[in-house]
Amino acid sequence: MHRMAPHLKILCAFGFVIAVVITPREAFWAFGIYVAGIVVVASLARLRPTFLITRLVVIVPFVLAAATFPFLEGGVEWHGLSAEGLWDFWNVAAKASLGALGSIMLASTTEAPDIVRGLETLHVPRVLTSIMGFMIRYLDVITGEMARMRIAMRSRGYQPRWLGELGSLGKGVGSLFVRSFERGERVYRAMASRGFTGTMPAEVVAAPTRSMLLGALVVPLAAIAVAAIAIGVS
Amino acid sequence: MTEPTISVEGLGFAYPDGTVALSDVDLHVHPGERVALLGPNGAGKTSLVLHLNGILLPQKGSVQVSGLELTGETSAEVRRRVGLVFQDPDDQLFMPTVRRDVAFGPLNLGLDHDEVRRRVDAALAAVDIEDLADRPPNHLSLGQRRRAAIAGVLAMEPEIMVLDEPTSNLDPATRRELAAVLLSLDITLLVVTHDLPFALEVCERSVVIDHGAIVADGPTPVLLANTGLIKAHRLELPYGMVLG
Repeated sequence: MHRMAPHLKILCAFGFVIAVVITPREAFWAFGIYVAGIVVVASLARLRPTFLITRLVVIVPFVLAAATFPFLEGGVEWHGLSAEGLWDFWNVAAKASLGALGSIMLASTTEAPDIVRGLETLHVPRVLTSIMGFMIRYLDVITGEMARMRIAMRSRGYQPRWLGELGSLGKGVGSLFVRSFERGERVYRAMASRGFTGTMPAEVVAAPTRSMLLGALVVPLAAIAVAAIAIGVS
Repeated sequence: MTEPTISVEGLGFAYPDGTVALSDVDLHVHPGERVALLGPNGAGKTSLVLHLNGILLPQKGSVQVSGLELTGETSAEVRRRVGLVFQDPDDQLFMPTVRRDVAFGPLNLGLDHDEVRRRVDAALAAVDIEDLADRPPNHLSLGQRRRAAIAGVLAMEPEIMVLDEPTSNLDPATRRELAAVLLSLDITLLVVTHDLPFALEVCERSVVIDHGAIVADGPTPVLLANTGLIKAHRLELPYGMVLG
């Protein structure tokens, strides 16, 4: 899993998410198969369940928002709750969890720069991949600068309180923006001095072999087949 | 005498806000020389360096690189001939891995992929960081990043390499290793610095710039032994260091 070409993993995750999204919400058995698929792939990739579940926290806000549906929607009632709303809640919660799990598995077996590399192989426009690449490269630099600024503030007696911090944080963000902007200028100069003229040069990217491609497509094709059957049955 | 690699004559430059950065600079660097450009903060060192690379264009006087006059049209060729290593390696290393960053310049030159690979391997070997090739730059130490930045410039195979404050923020051991790397390279060097011992170690010739003009030019040991000159231009040898 960890060694698979990044663009194949992206296709895999994307195909899986599409399959999950188009599956009719009544097809419980299909969702069961998806979960089983996730478990198999996760164990092949030696990812610990706790690792996946803690990262699933990102979808909690969406699930909470969906949890209001059974109270807000009308129609047929079931134990005082809207049946349609319950179905919608289940639909959002199940699909969001499965989709997020697919993405988490991609992210935890692939380094961020490799994901960008994979997107390049898939012919995502160079402008977009360059922006992502720069973001990944400079995120550490900028968070490092922010951490140093906060240390500098605290070392001069500043006591951050949760709400009181907002004001100074605002000023901090302002000066961080100016610093980043200036860095942007310096980076551009450095690029120009190595012959950059406005377009990123094309690099060699590895072409996938047929067997790798087939191996990679097993998961999304299976998921889409399950989705198709589920649509046919319902 | 051979044609100078760098020939700056009567160069003057003022920033848009009116600050005069360079008033009248004459500088010649010949092939194979290693020259230190010394000067206090604000003397015009960085402005001069940006001219050598065609990022700033002369407002007065001229800059020639191996006989090629720097103008808006020739700046691309001038950049190929003059390799600039910036002060902060984080400004220079922007690609996701060291190898891809080193390849950035050669790819911009439109070289074929075999040649790019050859140059990248040679540049990484020259600064002894082959083992770091596939690491992302943000996971490297400052000394390693500095070397990676130098590799990125070496891969352009420039006629002269210009380093802006290469020793800033380096600890003494890393600084010594950097000096060893620079001495091992067979390339014309212009080292911009106010680290006088480093200049003495790496460069046989030094040029002092102050208030936008060259004020002294000669063998490094002789210049640094001239206490009056050193003092007049806010350059200082470390405490206890005496040149005789």
